[in-house]
Amino acid sequence: MSDPRHLQIAILTGMLGYGLGWRDFPGPGWIYLLYPLAALGFQWGFCRIFRVGFDGRSPLISSLSLGLLLHTASAFWAVTAAFVAVASKFLLRIDGRHVFNPTNLAIAVTTLATEQVWVSPGQWGLGAFLAVAALLGGMMVLRLTRRGEVTWTFLAAWGALVFGRALWLGDPPAIPWLQLQNVALLIFACFMISDPMTVPDHRAARVGFAVLVAVVGYVLQYHFYIDEGLFYALALCAPLVPWLNRRLPGTRYRWPGTVPSRR
Amino acid sequence: MRVWLVILSFLPLAAQAFCGFYVARADTGLYNRSSRVVLVRDGERTVLTMANDFQGDVKDFAIVIPVPTFIEREQIHVASTAVLDHLDAYTAPRLVEYFDPNPCRRLYRMEMKAMNAAAPGEGAAARAKALGVTVEARYTVGEYDILILSAAESAGLVTWLKENGYRLPAGAEAVVGSYLKQGMRFFVARVNLDEFAKTGFNYLRPLQVAYETPKFILPIRLGTLNAQGRQELFLWTLTRTGRVETANYPTVRIPSGQEIPLYVKDRFADFYRDLFARQVEEHGGRAVFIEYAWNMAWCDPCAAQPLSRSELRELGVMWLTEAPPVRPLPKPRIAPPRPVDVFVTRLHLRYDARTFPDDLRLHQTGDKSNFQVRYVLRHPWDGSDDCPEAKRYRSELLPQRLRRQAENLHRLTGWPLAEIHRAIGLGEPPAPEPWWKRLWP
Repeated sequence: MSDPRHLQIAILTGMLGYGLGWRDFPGPGWIYLLYPLAALGFQWGFCRIFRVGFDGRSPLISSLSLGLLLHTASAFWAVTAAFVAVASKFLLRIDGRHVFNPTNLAIAVTTLATEQVWVSPGQWGLGAFLAVAALLGGMMVLRLTRRGEVTWTFLAAWGALVFGRALWLGDPPAIPWLQLQNVALLIFACFMISDPMTVPDHRAARVGFAVLVAVVGYVLQYHFYIDEGLFYALALCAPLVPWLNRRLPGTRYRWPGTVPSRR
Repeated sequence: MRVWLVILSFLPLAAQAFCGFYVARADTGLYNRSSRVVLVRDGERTVLTMANDFQGDVKDFAIVIPVPTFIEREQIHVASTAVLDHLDAYTAPRLVEYFDPNPCRRLYRMEMKAMNAAAPGEGAAARAKALGVTVEARYTVGEYDILILSAAESAGLVTWLKENGYRLPAGAEAVVGSYLKQGMRFFVARVNLDEFAKTGFNYLRPLQVAYETPKFILPIRLGTLNAQGRQELFLWTLTRTGRVETANYPTVRIPSGQEIPLYVKDRFADFYRDLFARQVEEHGGRAVFIEYAWNMAWCDPCAAQPLSRSELRELGVMWLTEAPPVRPLPKPRIAPPRPVDVFVTRLHLRYDARTFPDDLRLHQTGDKSNFQVRYVLRHPWDGSDDCPEAKRYRSELLPQRLRRQAENLHRLTGWPLAEIHRAIGLGEPPAPEPWWKRLWP
């Protein structure tokens, strides 16, 4: 388990299995198989074109996250989402690394492009939320992921905004607490915004970045009533990262045991 | 004066089709203290229709609803109760029946195998001003007197409402304040007795409001303050894109498709009420249930005919007016006719302030797959043929099936298994084996 991606794959697979078996996930079951197949296929194709070694872990993580978050009944849009995720890693690069978290970009692009895909933020319920929160919290505390301060900063900023809003409105705490019981939010915080390949290299820049995404996401969700606001916020802020890296250089993250190369 | 805040409710129907013969439905009339709401939504265009089962003296009726924008006279309409009843019937949970064919006939033998494999004023104005309340508009629509209110702060508005005869529940001020800060106005309606007498009805008709807003929500918080226990809400959405779910609460499909004992036919209302209560319990009271999701063009089996184009327009389906007129509605049939551009979702929830602290935030999905709540009665074949298949049918298949149906009924409703066994003449159910008997076989 030296590579954090293995644990990520295990957790995401478990969550997807639970979602499909017990949480009444919508749409045909084969979609959830189509995501990984398509993502692995595109990864393989791009690796051939760019003449780099094939590694299935990253596309697997992207597709499991897609399965958890992005629902559709359309094979075309499932494949398109997988394509956007994988292609973005190879094609949208600045300073030798990709700009967008693949899953996040795929969600942002497809939800904007069609009404045939959607995100179901309320689907999990309180019990599942607590279980997932405990699991991911444990993972963070044990430092099984890298660059965890992005996750903590983001969650703190988001929590402060949501509770601050309730305080201003005079709402009981049950309301912001309900708003935070969101498994999609946890997946976003633990696997997406904290993707070590797409966060700023410098620690201070990472903290600032996490706060910025939380603020933009909050504005989109609570002032413009866009349910997918967080995903759009990260996609909007991601292009700032290369600029931040030039202004505030830091140590670039590499997956354990890898040489710098295209993934 | 009692203040009724946006809430909802309904009951079941029958027709012949591939998915069984329709025999009964469970519509909203099953429930006390229920509200029925229809939300039609296309982009930001929204039409809200509200009805509730208000039983008291109409002069005591009032409704206070937060609305996201200023509302002009033309944006308000009174609908007929019949359209809502029709929508209710069309989408209600349903009971269907099948009749077993003669097991001695070959075609049926094959079917049996498959079955075995898978079971299925001036002064007043000055006072308002002093309180920071602005009466933005005053309309009489149908039997209702309507005010559109905005306010600088909640205490002023609550005082104004109380002074004007509206009895607000305790805790209303905080909720009103929250809505005001979110830029909402208040739509306040009470009954104009002269106009009501003119209508000739002895009940209040549903109120409709059309507006444009990015907020796809149904405000239920004021309703929870009445503190009269849990309330029943039925929410229908009519959209172009597909099923609607709640973004801040889990949306769960009611278990459907099970075979249940024949005697439930006469007790279908009890059956469905108990089943729903059990579902609510199982989900800790915190889920919104889907009872129907279907393209408005057809149904199978039909608990009622699909709504006509004019009925859909009355409910506010604005996009249909832009299309050319179409042929009369097709009768329900096995294959779906050309779909119309309207997808209906029926949501049902039982809520109070503890389990549903926040308004319902709704979310359109692209899911156009059909779902209905449907239970199956299967009449046994009662012929006298004596082929080997018929013997096996009587001695093995039927008792097996009865036990399975009893088990389904027990699991769905929580009715005692022994009682069910007695009702269907099965004898006492086997006592559960002590766990240790299976420990060391």
